[in-house]
Amino acid sequence: MRLAGAILLVSLAGCASAPPGEIADPYEPMNRQVHAFNKSLDANLLRPVARMARLGDGAKAPAEPWTKPYPQGPGAIGIVGNFGSNLSLPGKVVNSLLQGRPQPAWQNTARFLVNSTLGLAGVFDPAGEEFALTEVDTDFGETLHVWGVPSGAYLELPVLGPSTERDLAGKIVDFVLIDPLDNVLTDEQKLAGTAARVVSKAGERAQFGSTVDSVLHDSADSYAQTRLLYTQHRRYELKQEEDVIDPYAD
Amino acid sequence: MTHMPINTRRGFLGLMAAGTCLAVTPARAMTADTATAAIQRAVDEVFAIINSGAAPAQMYQQFEGVFARHADVAAIARSALGPAAREVDQATFAQFRTAMSGYISRKYGKRFREFIGSRIEVGGARQVKSFWSVGSTAYLNGRSPMQVEWHVSDKTGQPRFFNLIIEGVNMLASEREEIRAMLARRKGDVRAVIADLQHAG
Repeated sequence: MRLAGAILLVSLAGCASAPPGEIADPYEPMNRQVHAFNKSLDANLLRPVARMARLGDGAKAPAEPWTKPYPQGPGAIGIVGNFGSNLSLPGKVVNSLLQGRPQPAWQNTARFLVNSTLGLAGVFDPAGEEFALTEVDTDFGETLHVWGVPSGAYLELPVLGPSTERDLAGKIVDFVLIDPLDNVLTDEQKLAGTAARVVSKAGERAQFGSTVDSVLHDSADSYAQTRLLYTQHRRYELKQEEDVIDPYAD
Repeated sequence: MTHMPINTRRGFLGLMAAGTCLAVTPARAMTADTATAAIQRAVDEVFAIINSGAAPAQMYQQFEGVFARHADVAAIARSALGPAAREVDQATFAQFRTAMSGYISRKYGKRFREFIGSRIEVGGARQVKSFWSVGSTAYLNGRSPMQVEWHVSDKTGQPRFFNLIIEGVNMLASEREEIRAMLARRKGDVRAVIADLQHAG
């Protein structure tokens, strides 16, 4: 925890800056070691588990891994994922308010109320299906961005994957400080919530299977690909300006 | 373009019409409508292939045909090769371009199963620098809708796409990074990378 605190301070005090279009990656050697670890974790644990999850989730065992389209409906993994993500909504409401964005705060609040009651503690998603109250994803990393904190250096975290100094600080704050349910739930309920999030991670791995396989196991430099994809997608989520390639201007 | 498969009478007539248009108004600028229509045609052709239920290897070949008809493959290959594109001779670049076209068709073609039973709605276009960006929304089974932007240029004389931005992820930037890594592994030998590309994807 002390290390995390130190990184938080480093992140907030002086973020590494990079020329536009480039990714500041002063910790690349360390990041690459973590990447190698994450990649073997995926190959040896997540990929096989995700494959089993997909098979156990209503699809018949196909002759080869990708002969069937993804199963319809929530399935077992989807239900656990719904439960986990429902518990993450109050934290997102707090972040939207800290960002000065009342609309998403209201939307996630309404979603939480509907799914916690009609959706049987978040197991089902009537809010999204019947009332068009979809989840607005946000986190404290985005709050820091809204407050003007730059992204800082690129980081690849063990298990959690690609991040930046700012987004790591955000994750820590989200985990330790912001969740209003911390004061409401019992320890067992919190444990169930955490377990649900882990299972839904495996569900995501199953759903985005071929994308992950392609990036992690088929590319010439999977570290560089992961870094690029994360950075670009994160900038898109934060509605930052994207780099435009104009091959006719070169 | 030296080789253009003309499978249908309609395709042939369309080609004639296109040729006539080009002859009459050689430098007519692309509009939002022509850019959007070009992407709509490419999307329709891709879904026709996916829904045909052909064998994967056959599909990859057909995807390569769509790519040849609707994408500016030369611009994509030049951009992906980066600074090395200026150093290689024309024959080597042509080989690289062919290898790249097959590699992309296999790499992205492999994902066709995710598109079975889904749809892409093509939206409006906006001008960016020297080209047009055509917006679209991909509705894939069991996922939230994804925003896909197609970057279209008429520098070849026809509206052709040269880049795809999927939820902020830039395909051309990703392929640049990939080719850079492949070149580094081969110590800058473009011919070796061409050989690698023929087996990649």
